[in-house]
Amino acid sequence: MHELSVAQEILGIVNQYFPNPKPNTVKSVKVKVGKLSNILTDSLAFCFDAITSDTTLSGAKLEMIEIPIKINCTGCNQESEIEPPVFACPICGNNQIKIVSGTELWVDEIELFDENESVTALQSRDKEDK
Amino acid sequence: MSVITIERKVLEKNDAIAQLNRDSFKKKNLFTMNLVSSPGSGKTSLIEKTIHYTRNKFNVAVIEGDVQTSLDAERVAAYGVPVVQIITQGACHLEAGLVKDAYGQIEKNNFEVLFIENVGNLVCPAGYDLGEDLKVVIVSTTEGDDKPLKYPAMFRNASALIINKIDLVPYVNCSLEILKKNALSINPSLKIFKTSCTTDEGINEWCNWIESKMKR
Repeated sequence: MHELSVAQEILGIVNQYFPNPKPNTVKSVKVKVGKLSNILTDSLAFCFDAITSDTTLSGAKLEMIEIPIKINCTGCNQESEIEPPVFACPICGNNQIKIVSGTELWVDEIELFDENESVTALQSRDKEDK
Repeated sequence: MSVITIERKVLEKNDAIAQLNRDSFKKKNLFTMNLVSSPGSGKTSLIEKTIHYTRNKFNVAVIEGDVQTSLDAERVAAYGVPVVQIITQGACHLEAGLVKDAYGQIEKNNFEVLFIENVGNLVCPAGYDLGEDLKVVIVSTTEGDDKPLKYPAMFRNASALIINKIDLVPYVNCSLEILKKNALSINPSLKIFKTSCTTDEGINEWCNWIESKMKR
């Protein structure tokens, strides 16, 4: 269960761009999560919500883009997707493969509210509070 | 709607410190192994046996990682080697920063091989580079032969596999052949050792391999 420390690192990166964000500045944070990165996406989203809930980033969504595991076969030189626990080329069966993607854990983008959206979001949140 | 492109690794801070560690280890010509396994598969026993059988060949230092207690460091300290205990207070893996601080406490000693014994866990430590030369994954026969398939990331990232407690094979439901086959299906380049820290079978091969990897 290292999703909490991963969420804290993500928050740390967001804070480098927005050290003191006003409420409803950040709409979402997009993170690329490789299927071989040992991250449970639901748990990461839960942890991110938990650590931002009392901050001005509250409500910012953690959007995760799952990256499939792609390999390059050293035998037939073809690129294909694999599904663990099978680590072999689905075309020729060779197990001498290079993983070319699927281990990513990247902060990809930060999406901001534009001004109108920000006001609407604030109002709807105020309503919810009441 | 505006979007800011970031494209940065989430664990970049850890990776940067791991690189500092790697530089310090290189300066001292160390061979550094990150030992990973589930709890109780014999990481500390293997370190004890390695120290015992190699004390005339090379000097060892150990960084111990545990959620709680310094029991492992006490065991290793009995062999008179430099050892630091990291207590993670619940965290499920070691991070490069913890290793950097621990290494600072022992680096002045004379040693050529450094063991970093990670927290017993086959999941989280896979993602954290500590600056080691390589990861060694340990599986004991009591855990069954299916572990490589269940924890592929760890076996994929490791360079060597130790199958420990082979003296218990007659009593447990574990086929060494299937365990090896499963491990090699995830990572065909794994160097595999079969050991028992009770009968000392296989320890010699393991120690010879370490010697062959050392940078002298």
